[in-house]
Amino acid sequence: METQTLLEKLTALEPTVMPREKSDCPAITISPELLLGFMKKLKAEPSLAFNILCTHTAIDWIAENRFELIYQLYSLEHAHSLRVSTSVPRDNPLLSSMSSIWRIAQWQEREVYDLFGVLYHGHPDLRRLFLEDDWKGFPLRKDYQDDFMLEKPEWA
Amino acid sequence: MGLGISTLEKRIHLSKETGSPLSTQEYFVNMGPQHPSTHGVLRLVLKLDGETVKEVIPVLGYIHRGIEKIAEHQTYRQSVHLGDRLDYLSAFTYNWAFSMAVEKAAGIELNDRIQTIRTLFAELQRIQSHLLWWGVFGMDLGAFTPFLYGFRDREMLTDIFEETAGARLTMNYIQPGGLMYDLHPNFVKKVKNFLKYFKPKLKEYDALLSGNIILQQRLRKVGILPAEQALSLGATGPVLRASGVSYDLRKQEPYGVYPQLKFEVPIGKTGDCWDRYWIRLEEIRESLHLVEQLIDHIPEGKFMLMKPAVKIKIPEGSYYTRLETARGVLGVFIVSDGKEVPYRMHFRTPNFNNLWSVTAMAPGGRLADLVAILSSLDIVVPDIDR
Repeated sequence: METQTLLEKLTALEPTVMPREKSDCPAITISPELLLGFMKKLKAEPSLAFNILCTHTAIDWIAENRFELIYQLYSLEHAHSLRVSTSVPRDNPLLSSMSSIWRIAQWQEREVYDLFGVLYHGHPDLRRLFLEDDWKGFPLRKDYQDDFMLEKPEWA
Repeated sequence: MGLGISTLEKRIHLSKETGSPLSTQEYFVNMGPQHPSTHGVLRLVLKLDGETVKEVIPVLGYIHRGIEKIAEHQTYRQSVHLGDRLDYLSAFTYNWAFSMAVEKAAGIELNDRIQTIRTLFAELQRIQSHLLWWGVFGMDLGAFTPFLYGFRDREMLTDIFEETAGARLTMNYIQPGGLMYDLHPNFVKKVKNFLKYFKPKLKEYDALLSGNIILQQRLRKVGILPAEQALSLGATGPVLRASGVSYDLRKQEPYGVYPQLKFEVPIGKTGDCWDRYWIRLEEIRESLHLVEQLIDHIPEGKFMLMKPAVKIKIPEGSYYTRLETARGVLGVFIVSDGKEVPYRMHFRTPNFNNLWSVTAMAPGGRLADLVAILSSLDIVVPDIDR
């Protein structure tokens, strides 16, 4: 499907979604409250049929005090991609779990919790994935510090 | 007590009744992190009832190195080698994925020579990776000889890689903008030798392992993964294709010189361990076919289009590039704020997403089936932990 028709279809489905620029595939932004219902429609609607959640990850925009959550979707049937993103505040990172729609989300979300500290409502088994349960802090946050870290080089 | 003849089934059933003096109890056992069939340092906590698996809880992180954090502190060129350390059996493919992501984002065009050589190495790498899997798979199921056969033939390929790339495992060969070195003068000759030598060997493989009745019975109808479940669990590569879904990025979103090549994508029917086994052997055949098509047609040209000192800058935005490794879809997600280092780098690795289907397949089966299932997923653990 053409990017433009796809985006029009999505806006018809949910008028508040915003198309995003500076992206290499069709991308939209949506508010975290509407995310779960919208994602359900994305999978169920036959003309969209996004049946694969390729990846889910987060970005720490520390200057804007928010985490951006990214969902990269793919539809096998129509061979089209979509990037859905939503933002939650850094001091209260909370949103719904997608594990009831795509089961793989359960583990991708655990990874994001482990490394960013984002909390998921309705997750069946939310706990650390790579680090120990008593680990302090969330390493992929930009302000993370621990005793083993090296100084960041000046040019980076 | 009257007269009655029992059967083995009744006898076993009796031992399951609670309160019976023969009753069993559920218990937890650790498999790994040091267990030969976990292929590295993967730990599975198993809930067992006798030999029956009730639940599988994978515990990760034994080889977590924070590669995504490291990548935030390095320039794009310095990060290429990180891919080698993820899936060490697909180093070329990982280098390629990373380079392709950077090239697409930065708008770097490549010549045919570079694309052809990259495709060639990716296919040789697929054969090499499947050969190692085949050997280890046999060993996991109790047959030691395949391990020796697989490694014997893989050795020829590793030698070919070493001659051109200078390394046998972590090549760091494909770079943004081209290749690290040009092809070694012996390359074409040696690859042709390999093709001539290896093609008859596949028959040997079938005679040794595929046709073996013990192997067949341990694989057929074991660990069935229906297509719908495989998609929901995020499986890709041979694991997904064994469930009957024809999803191969070399066909769906062709890159390199794949659009000009003829090849089939083998798919399975039932999605059991046997299908996953057979598909990888078929893929070796297809890859041989691809290498044959390419080896006589490597165009002339430069092998590197950028000076090594040039620092690559990617325009602000987010980029997701993916390709098909021997194990499935590898995605590289880059978020750039316009600087020389990425703001955020994420690897969507095939093994991380393939692993979880074990939690759906193993329960209800036997402990020995779990070994077969895990081995049929062809897992490389550093790629899961990153």
